Amino acid sequence: MHKLLTDNPGEKMLLLGNEAIARGAIEAGVAFTSTYPGTPSSEITLNFFQMSQESDLYFEYSTNEKVALEVSAAAANCGVRSMAVMKHVGLNVAADALMTLAYVGVKAGLVVLSADDPFMFSSQNEQDNRYYARLSGLPMLEPSSVQEAKDMLPYAFDLSEQLQEPVLFRTTTRINHSSGFVTLGNIRKRQPKGDFTKDPMNLVTVPAVSRNLHVKLLKNYETARKIAESSPYNFTDGSGTLGVICNGVSYNYVSDALEDLHATDRIKVLRIGFSHPLPEAPIKDFLMGCEKILVVEEGEPFLEEAVKAIAQEAKLTLPIRGKSKELFSRLYEYDPAMVKTNIAGYFEIPRKPTQPVDASDVPTLPQRPPTLCAGCSHRATFYEVREAAKALGVETIYPTDIGCYTLGLLPPHSAADFLICMGSSVGTAGGFSKVTDKKIIAFIGDSTFFHAGIAGLVNAVFNNHDLTLVILDNGTTAMTGHQPHPGVDMQRLNLDGYGQVSIEAVVRGVGVSHVTVIKPYKVKKSIEAIKEAIAHKGISVIISQEVCALYATALKLPKRKPFQITDKCKNHRVCMSELACPAFYVWNKRIKIDPVLCTGCALCAQICPENAILPLKKKKETVS
Amino acid sequence: MDVTRVIIVAVGGQGNLLASSVLGEAALLAGVPMQMSEIHGMAQRGGVVESALIFGEARSTIISDGEADVLVGFEPAETLRAVQKCNAGSVVITNLAPLMPFTVNIGKGVYPDLAELQNLIREKTAKLIAFNAAKLANEAGNPLAVNMVLLGALTQVGLLPFSAENVKEAMGRKTKKQFLDSNLKAFDLGFRAAEQAG
Repeated sequence: MHKLLTDNPGEKMLLLGNEAIARGAIEAGVAFTSTYPGTPSSEITLNFFQMSQESDLYFEYSTNEKVALEVSAAAANCGVRSMAVMKHVGLNVAADALMTLAYVGVKAGLVVLSADDPFMFSSQNEQDNRYYARLSGLPMLEPSSVQEAKDMLPYAFDLSEQLQEPVLFRTTTRINHSSGFVTLGNIRKRQPKGDFTKDPMNLVTVPAVSRNLHVKLLKNYETARKIAESSPYNFTDGSGTLGVICNGVSYNYVSDALEDLHATDRIKVLRIGFSHPLPEAPIKDFLMGCEKILVVEEGEPFLEEAVKAIAQEAKLTLPIRGKSKELFSRLYEYDPAMVKTNIAGYFEIPRKPTQPVDASDVPTLPQRPPTLCAGCSHRATFYEVREAAKALGVETIYPTDIGCYTLGLLPPHSAADFLICMGSSVGTAGGFSKVTDKKIIAFIGDSTFFHAGIAGLVNAVFNNHDLTLVILDNGTTAMTGHQPHPGVDMQRLNLDGYGQVSIEAVVRGVGVSHVTVIKPYKVKKSIEAIKEAIAHKGISVIISQEVCALYATALKLPKRKPFQITDKCKNHRVCMSELACPAFYVWNKRIKIDPVLCTGCALCAQICPENAILPLKKKKETVS
Repeated sequence: MDVTRVIIVAVGGQGNLLASSVLGEAALLAGVPMQMSEIHGMAQRGGVVESALIFGEARSTIISDGEADVLVGFEPAETLRAVQKCNAGSVVITNLAPLMPFTVNIGKGVYPDLAELQNLIREKTAKLIAFNAAKLANEAGNPLAVNMVLLGALTQVGLLPFSAENVKEAMGRKTKKQFLDSNLKAFDLGFRAAEQAG
């Protein structure tokens, strides 16, 4: 049995934050779950996926976050407890659905989880999604610890049902990817089936209906505010006449700092876990008992500005500080020492800070950036596109997209020139093609193509953009941990009951006439096909098909023999300078291939000017 | 209760997260409060994996520069890269078997000299325990058990708030059955290596 289905209340388990969140939803009786994968949220839904295979929990990998929210919104409107999970930027994609779903509401609990990523450990921006609560008028909950994340989920579902509207649940990477001991609670029984009652005058958002629904939303807002004012998730610690107001993981750093500074009897803390609508009355009470306030929150001054507004209405003039040059930044994540320094400085508490060692004399260390794996098919495609463009003598712009292949931005590939969001490769390619005379070659992955690339492609066909789109089809959502997408053959995973959408059929279906499927490990043939696609006037599409090398290992697909560099090598190093495969290493000033890392893709063997790279005769040694 | 802060740095694939979860499980067995966090952005693609483990009554799940009591590095250059997590009183344990970053392989960086690397760490911190953990893992019959060798060394320095028995029992719960014997052997070899270094 899946460990998160353990029905043993009181048992203590070591859980990753994302496991605790999944467990919390299970304890809440969630019956319908959906997502588009995205770090740092992905493990939540990996656990839903696994549990759905051994219980009546419904889970789906949806095409994108908007669809994920829509399917869950419908289930929740049939009385089934539902949850849509996404990373912070995924909520941008789902925002259109969210904003009006806030008007329509739900019948059973619906929790929308947004996993924010301060510092952008694996994201393109660090937007603060607390503003979606303000924008939509919906309640928001923010846990500070792994245990609290689990405990808060049943509360979130109950709240959603009480208010008959979705509840936003915001985490940050340091909740998702922290682990701690979690005490399990009771699992509420799942109700996987519901029914829909027709009620178009409340559920079909034509203007006349929406005018009433907005009134309802504002009424709900007032109810939610009253609930927030007595919520156990907004609480006060310590005592004194100095105050800290904080949320999320900042609360942990504040608590540890006050302990270290022996200041818990002088500085009290208001922890805001129910952060929208803000509990105005308790905040006002807290301010009235304080002479000086520090607001500690990662990201934007969301609490700070609201607290200042509350103080102004209450005619309070005490100093309230948070974001400033001297104190806290809007950038990146916070850490315990930085929070301690700012608290000590602001409240004038003397202390001896721990001195980090002086690392100024440490020599520059070689970087270890993430790189395309040994045998990654993207490396082959990038090489072939580059060679094709070189052969035709065209100057290129490479709009790219979100996935492993974004790593192509580094030399020697240098195959990424512009990126803003999922699907932007093909949309921006159209703009580049209209205003420049360069050849536009856009890269997009298979999962990203389904997520947000198709509309851009249709646009390119309709508006007759002159560009080549290279779809890097490695048969999985590789970057986030090999989740399926609509193009995946689910039989490979021994899973029945799924359809499969052919990328080639979609591309031809929307009217692209120049479509070529290439096998990127066949170098010469691929370069020829890409040259034809580049020379084609108008839209052309290359679909480069080769399974992700890591995924192939996971699926236990037959292994190819690794290659070696033989004595015929004249040390031109074309393999290294053109491909930079991590299976290469230098030994005695010669390039060698690590047989453990080499996947036998034979890309280097095909470009070696001396034909010096040959398969190893011996069968590959297995290490793992 | 005192708080003990441990940083573990490794390269993707070296089993840092498994080692961390063994320590977490050991803390659970011993009834010691524990928080930990990990950054493993693109570990499978050759990047660096960092775990922070905090034992005792603390709420934070990350460790600031200068606040680590122990730094365990599974790869020597990564140990040095993380040295600013230490203060003058910190203990550092490092494997001495390098894993070349591909940037070095393609001539875009120079790997630090191992003797100089050890001197730098030794000068800055209270104690350095450095040995070839890859060799000991091989000796234990499991080249992938570098993580367990270093767990042994970490346990030996006596800064963890639980016993070697707790760690071994946690290994039984968290690691694969077919590797348990070689993992335990690796643990013992690491434990002894740290004893000798001490």
